[in-house]
Amino acid sequence: MTRLKADSRHAVRFSLNGKPVEGEAEPRMLLSDFLRHQLGATGTHVGCEHGVCGACTVIVDGMLTRSCLTLAAQVDGCELRTVEGLAPSADRLGVLQQAFRRNHALQCGFCTAGILMSLDHYLAKNPAPTEAEIRDLLSGHICRCTGYTPIIKAALEAAAELTSAKKETSDA
Amino acid sequence: MKPPAFDYLRAESVGDVLDGLAQQGGDARVLAGGQSLMAMLNMRLAKPKLLIDIMRINELRRIEREGETVVIGAGVRQADLLAWPKLSEALPLVALALPWVGHMQTRSRGTICGSLAHADPSAEMPLALVALGGEVLLRSARRRRRVAAKDFFAGMMLTARADDELIEGISLPIVKGARVAFREVARRHGDFAIVACAAMRTQSGVRLAVGGVADVPTARDWPKLEGSALDDALNAFAYELGARDDVHATARYRRDLVRMIGRDLIGEVLQ
Amino acid sequence: MLQAVKSANPERGDEPWVGRSIERVEDAALLSGRGRFIDDLGVAPGTLHATILRSPHAHADILSIDAEAARRLPGVAAVLTGSDVKAVTTSLVVGVKAPVECWPIALDRVRYVGEPVAVVVATDRARAEDAAELINVEYRPRNAVVDPLGAITPGAPVLHDGFPGNLASDRAFRYGDPEKAFADSPHRFSIDIRYPRNSCTPIETYGVVASHDAGEDAYEVLANFQGPFSIHTVIARALKVPGNRLRLRTPPDSGGSFGVKQGVFPYIVLIAAAARVTGKPVKWIEDRLEHLTASVSATNRATTLSAAVAADGKILALDWDQVEDCGAHLRAPEPATLYRMHGNLTGAYDIGHVKVRNRVVVTNKTPTGLNRGFGGPQVYFALERLVQRIAIGLGLDPLDVIKRNLIDAGAFPYRTATGALLDSGNYQEAVARAVEQGRLAELKAKRDAARAQGRLYGIGFTAVVEPSVSNMGYITTVLTAAERRRAGPKNGAQATATVGLDPVGSVTVHVASVPQGQGHRTVLSQVVADVFGLQPRDIRVNTEIDTAKDAWSIASGNYASRFAAAVAGTAKLAAERVAGRLARIAASQLNVEAGDIVFAKGFVTSKHNPENRIAFSRVAALSHWSPGSLPDDAGQTIRETVFWTPPELTPPDDEDRINSSLCHGFIFDFCGVEIDPVTLETRIDRYVTMHDCGTILHPGMVNGQIRGGFTQALGAALFEEYAYAEDGSFLTGTLADYLLPTTTEVPEPEIFHMETPSPFTPLGAKGVGEGNCMSTPVCLANAVADALGVADITLPLVPARLAEIVRGAEPPPPAGGTTAAPVRKGDRRLSGEGQATVKGAPEQVWAMLLDPATLQSVIPGCQSVDKITDTHFRADVTLGIGPVTGRYRADVELFDLDPPRAVTLRGGATGALGFGSAEGRITLAPDGNGGTKLSYSYDAAIGGKVASIGGRLLDGATRVIIGQFFTALARKAGGGGAAGGGFSLFALLAKLAGLFGGRR
Repeated sequence: MTRLKADSRHAVRFSLNGKPVEGEAEPRMLLSDFLRHQLGATGTHVGCEHGVCGACTVIVDGMLTRSCLTLAAQVDGCELRTVEGLAPSADRLGVLQQAFRRNHALQCGFCTAGILMSLDHYLAKNPAPTEAEIRDLLSGHICRCTGYTPIIKAALEAAAELTSAKKETSDA
Repeated sequence: MKPPAFDYLRAESVGDVLDGLAQQGGDARVLAGGQSLMAMLNMRLAKPKLLIDIMRINELRRIEREGETVVIGAGVRQADLLAWPKLSEALPLVALALPWVGHMQTRSRGTICGSLAHADPSAEMPLALVALGGEVLLRSARRRRRVAAKDFFAGMMLTARADDELIEGISLPIVKGARVAFREVARRHGDFAIVACAAMRTQSGVRLAVGGVADVPTARDWPKLEGSALDDALNAFAYELGARDDVHATARYRRDLVRMIGRDLIGEVLQ
Repeated sequence: MLQAVKSANPERGDEPWVGRSIERVEDAALLSGRGRFIDDLGVAPGTLHATILRSPHAHADILSIDAEAARRLPGVAAVLTGSDVKAVTTSLVVGVKAPVECWPIALDRVRYVGEPVAVVVATDRARAEDAAELINVEYRPRNAVVDPLGAITPGAPVLHDGFPGNLASDRAFRYGDPEKAFADSPHRFSIDIRYPRNSCTPIETYGVVASHDAGEDAYEVLANFQGPFSIHTVIARALKVPGNRLRLRTPPDSGGSFGVKQGVFPYIVLIAAAARVTGKPVKWIEDRLEHLTASVSATNRATTLSAAVAADGKILALDWDQVEDCGAHLRAPEPATLYRMHGNLTGAYDIGHVKVRNRVVVTNKTPTGLNRGFGGPQVYFALERLVQRIAIGLGLDPLDVIKRNLIDAGAFPYRTATGALLDSGNYQEAVARAVEQGRLAELKAKRDAARAQGRLYGIGFTAVVEPSVSNMGYITTVLTAAERRRAGPKNGAQATATVGLDPVGSVTVHVASVPQGQGHRTVLSQVVADVFGLQPRDIRVNTEIDTAKDAWSIASGNYASRFAAAVAGTAKLAAERVAGRLARIAASQLNVEAGDIVFAKGFVTSKHNPENRIAFSRVAALSHWSPGSLPDDAGQTIRETVFWTPPELTPPDDEDRINSSLCHGFIFDFCGVEIDPVTLETRIDRYVTMHDCGTILHPGMVNGQIRGGFTQALGAALFEEYAYAEDGSFLTGTLADYLLPTTTEVPEPEIFHMETPSPFTPLGAKGVGEGNCMSTPVCLANAVADALGVADITLPLVPARLAEIVRGAEPPPPAGGTTAAPVRKGDRRLSGEGQATVKGAPEQVWAMLLDPATLQSVIPGCQSVDKITDTHFRADVTLGIGPVTGRYRADVELFDLDPPRAVTLRGGATGALGFGSAEGRITLAPDGNGGTKLSYSYDAAIGGKVASIGGRLLDGATRVIIGQFFTALARKAGGGGAAGGGFSLFALLAKLAGLFGGRR
C-alpha cells in the first residue's frame, strides 16, 4: 500500500515507448500533463479533459487509455505507448502513418495522435477489419477537419498492407 | 480544468481499501477505471480528500460462475467482461448491452462496478443489473451485505452504498434459455441513452426494464400481454416513469420511445 | 463507399505541380508527434499560468469581489479584476457608432454566462484554479434576455445604455424598385427563420503567452490567433501602445480554427495585461469548458424573407428583414457576419430588386465572431428554404425553380443588385452535370419506391454562391454613406508573399496566411516550384507570422477562404518577379534574350537551345556572391515581397452597393434522406455536392475542405446547438451536450467538380473552404421537409423536435394513473408540489422549521448557521450528491409566517459550482391522528457551471432531492432521527446547485 500526500511531488516511473522514464508529480497531475510537460512528449494532445474528444488517447499496458482521465500516479510501473513511438525511425513513417499521409487523413493534425493510437492498437488485434468496425472504433474520437472518411480509408488501406506484409513474411 | 488536490492511495488488498474508507468515510472515493470520476475531478465537481485506487488488487478482478449466478469483481473492466468467452451464453443481455457503453477507448478502462457506483440513470450497466434482478455485493470493515438491484439505486447518482462501503462486486443470475432483447436510442453512437430498453421473457410473462427516463432504471413485469392490453400497459408504464425534458429530448419523445420500442422488444422476446 | 483521392506520381514528366494531389509536407511531423502547437512550445523559466474566473450569471451587477484569500494562497502572483485590467488598458473598439465600450473582462456588470470576472495568475494552472475557487463575488442578478426579437421588444432588459432597446444598428437598404416588383407580381411567398447558434469548435483551444517589457513599454505575444490582422490594431489600441510595440507571433502549427481563433483576441489583451501587472511572462491555455461556454459563437439570426414571384417561379424581388444576434458585446469585427453576404443576398439567382432591413441586437449570450461560413449559413437557410416553399406553393419542381432563377452563363462578370461582382461561372452547366453524374433520377426513383412502402424519404436541393476573399471595406456598409465619407474609405484585401533566395540558391517562401491545418505550405511549394522549374521539396515554406519582422497587412490571416485565390496567387506573383530578374541574369550569362529563358528541371535554359543552360542554384546565388556581375537592369534577387490587392474590391458606393468579396464559387447540392419512423433520426442516404471553385490547386486538399465543411455543416444541421435557457443559463457546456458528429454519423459525400477559372485572381483559383457550411444545412433541411411534408423546419433537426411537428396527439395517460409531469418552463425554473404525513403536532414541526440550532445539527456538512434576524438565516454548507460536492453560502428568509400553519421560505445559495434560488410554501395541518399533514409547493431555479455541464441530469436530480428532503423531514419529526437527513432549505439549495452530469 502506498499513500501519496496531496501537497508534495512523488516520483513516477514507467516505460515510455520502450524506454524507462521518470519524473515527479503531485497526486493530482493528469497523465496527459505529465507526458507533455514533465517528459516533453508533446505529441499526445489535450482537447477536452473530460474524456470525449479522444485526442489524448495513449496505450497503457495494452489498454487504450484517455490520458486526461488518468493520473500520472496510476501508471507507475506500467508500459506506455504514445504517438512518438509509432515510427520505425525518426526519418521514416510506419505503414499506418504513411496511409494517413497518402489519403490526406489529417489536416490540422491535432486529433491525429489519439486516432493513430486507437488504430495501431486495434489493427494489431484485428488485422482484417470492416469499414463498420473501424467506424465503431473511431467513434470515440472527434476530428473537426477531415470529415473522417479519409481516415477510415487510410485505416483500411493500412490494415490490408500490414496483412499482406505479414503474409509475405510468413510465406518466405 | 485541473483536479483539486487529494491524497492518492494505491491499495494492494481489499483490506487497504476498507481501512481507507473507514478512516476517511465520505471524503474518500474509490478510483477504478476513472471514466466518470476523473472527468468530475477535472471539472472540480468532486473534491475527495483521498482517492483509493483499487485496480492493482487481483482478487477484485474475478469473473466467476457461482452456481446459477455470475460474480463480477470491482476490478473487472468493461472490456474484460466483453472478452469473457462465456458472456453470450451466461449473460446474453449483458452481451447485448455492453457494446453500447461509451466507446472502445473508455470500455478498455471503465469498470462494470464503477458504472453502477456512478448510478447515472441513462447508463446501460445499471439497466442490465435491474433487468436481470442482480445483486450488489457491498463490504466495509464492519460488515458484508448484498443489496438487490432495485434497492441499490436510490436516485439520480445516489445509491444504497454507505460511505465506508466498497462495491466488491455484483452477482448476476444466469437465466437459463432466456430470450432477451436490448435497444437504445441516443443522439449519437456511444452517448448516454435518451431511452434504453431491455426485455426478457420470464416464467410468467415478460419483463421490460427502461433506462434514461426515470431517475433510476426501472423494471416492470407483465403476464403475456398482446394487442391493446399491451399498448395500455406500456402507455401506463411510460407515464409512470415521469419523463422530463432536457436539451436532447422531450418527455413526450421519451414516452413515445418507451411505447414503441417496448412493444417491439416484447414482441421479439415473446416470439 | 469511400471516394478515392487521386494521388499524384511525383516523377511524372513536365506537368505543372499545381493541380496535383501531392503528399503534404506538413504531415510527417504531425503524424509522429512532432507538431509544434502553442502548448507544445516551451516557455521562459518563471512563466506564470493564468486561469479565469467567469460569471455564472447571464446578467448581474457585480457588487463586490473579495480576492484576499486567493491572493494569500501560496504560489499565487496576482488576481486581476476588471478595475486592475482597466488601469492598464482601454476599451476594445466597437464596430458601430455608439457610446458603448467593450472590455475583455467585466467591470461592474456581467452580461453573459462565462464572462471573465477575474484573472488568477500563479505558478501553475492547478494552483491558479485552487485560488479562483476562493474568490467571493457578490452579484445582484438582473433579468436577462436571450432571444434577438425579445431583446428589441419594449420593456426588455437593456444590456448597454449606449444601445437603447438593445439595438446596436438598424439600417434599411433598397436596390432597384422592390415595391413595384412586389406590387406587380402575382405571388408573394414569405418565410420566418430562426437560425440557431453553433460553432465550428476546433479541437485545440485558445492559447496565449504574453510578456511585457516595462523599459520600452512593449508587449510580446504568442497566440494561436488566425487573423484578420486588422485585429492587431484593436489589440494594440486596447493595450495603449503603438502597433510597433505589440509584437504578435503565431506558433508553427494550430489545431484547427475555422474562424473561431479570431476570437482569442480579447484574451490576448487580458493575458498581456496580466503580464504587465505581474512583470512576468504569463501563459493561458483555454480549457474545453471555457471554450464551449465563452470563446465565441456564430451569430444566431431571426430572418423574415419574402419574395415576389411570377407564375413560372421566377423570383422578381426579395425583401429581407434580418435581426442579427451578436451576443453581449459587439466585438470586432462584428457586425461583419451580417454584412459579409451583403453583396450576395440574391444567392445564385438573377434577381433585380432587393429590399433589406438589417438590425443588429445584443443579448445575454457569448459575443459572436468568425465561424466558417460566416453569414452564409444564415442567409442561405432563409433563401433556399424559401425557394422550396415557392416550388411547393406553385406546384413546381424545386429544381425547376432553382434553374429558372440561376444567373445566365453569358452574364459574367455579373453585378448583383446589392453590388457584388460575380467573377465567373456556368451555373446551368454545373447543375446539369451534377444531376447526371450524381444520378438524381436514380435518387428520385428510390424516393418513390421508399414512399410506396410508407417510408419517410425526402430529397433536398440547394444552389449557392460561395464568396471568398473579403473586401476589407464591406463592414463599412453598416455605416451610412455620410458616415463613411467622414471615416475615410476602407476597401481592398492586401495579400502578401515573400520569396527569398539564399547564398546556395535554395528558395524560401514566406506568407502571412496563418494556416490552421489546410496545408498552405504544401500548396505554396507547388506554386513556386512551377515558376522556378523546381520540385516542391526544393521550396521551403514558412507560414509562421511575426508582426515585428514579417510583411503583413490588415487583411493578413486565415479567413474568408482567401488562401488559394489571394495568397497563393500573390506567392506566384512574387516568384515570377524574382524569376523575371533571374531570367535577365541568366540571359546575360547564356548570351540569349531574356524572352528565350525557361525554368525547368532545376535549370535555367534557353528555349531554343536546351543544351545552353545553367543550374538554377548558380543563378539564384549570384546576388549574394557577385552582385557586381549582375546586369544593370536585373536588380537583386535575394528577397522579393509582393503586396497584391484586387482592384475590383472597391468601397461601398453611395447607394450602398458593395462588392463584398472578390471571388464567387458555385455549389449545387442535392441529397436523399430517410427518417426513422420510430426514433425520427435523420439518416443521410446520399449526398451529392458539385463545386466550381475555379482552378483547383490541389485536388486532395480541395476535397478535404469540402468533406470538412460538409461534416461541420452536418453537425450544425443535425446535432449542434449552443443552447441557452430563457434566463440566460448556458446548457451545452461539455462535449457530451454540445454534440459534434463522429465517424458513425458522417457519410462520404459524392463530390464533383467543374473548373471555371476566376479572371480576377493570379491562379484562377477561388475559395472553397466554406461552401458546404452554407449549402449543406439547408439542403438537409429541405430534404427533411420533403420527407415529412412539413413547412417549418428549425435546426438542429433534433428528433424530439420533429416528433412535436409530425406526431399527432399523444395517447393520454391512463385514467386514474400518474399524469404527465409538468413541462418544464424555458427559464429553468422547476416547480412542483407534494405532501407528507409527519408524526408530531404542527406546533412541534413548526418549531423545528424555525430553529437554527436544529438546522445546524441536521444539515449534513453545515459549517455554521448565523441567525441574522428571527426570519433571516445565513449558512455555510458543504454538500453534494453522490461524489459531487461543493461549498456554498446560503441565505434564507422566511415570509408570510402564519404559525403553526404556513410559512414561505425564499433564498439562494452560491458556490463555485453555481447558484440556486428557490421559494417554497409549506402548510401544516393536523392529520387527525396526532400527526401533521405537511403540504409543500416549490419553485426553484439553478444556474452557473452546474447548468452548463449537468443539464442532462438537472431536473431529475432536483426532483430526487426535494422528495428526499421531505422524507427526511418526516423522519426527523417522527423522532427517527436519521443522521444523514435533515430538512432545510439550505440543504435544498446547496444540493440543487451541486448536481452533475458527464460522460462516463
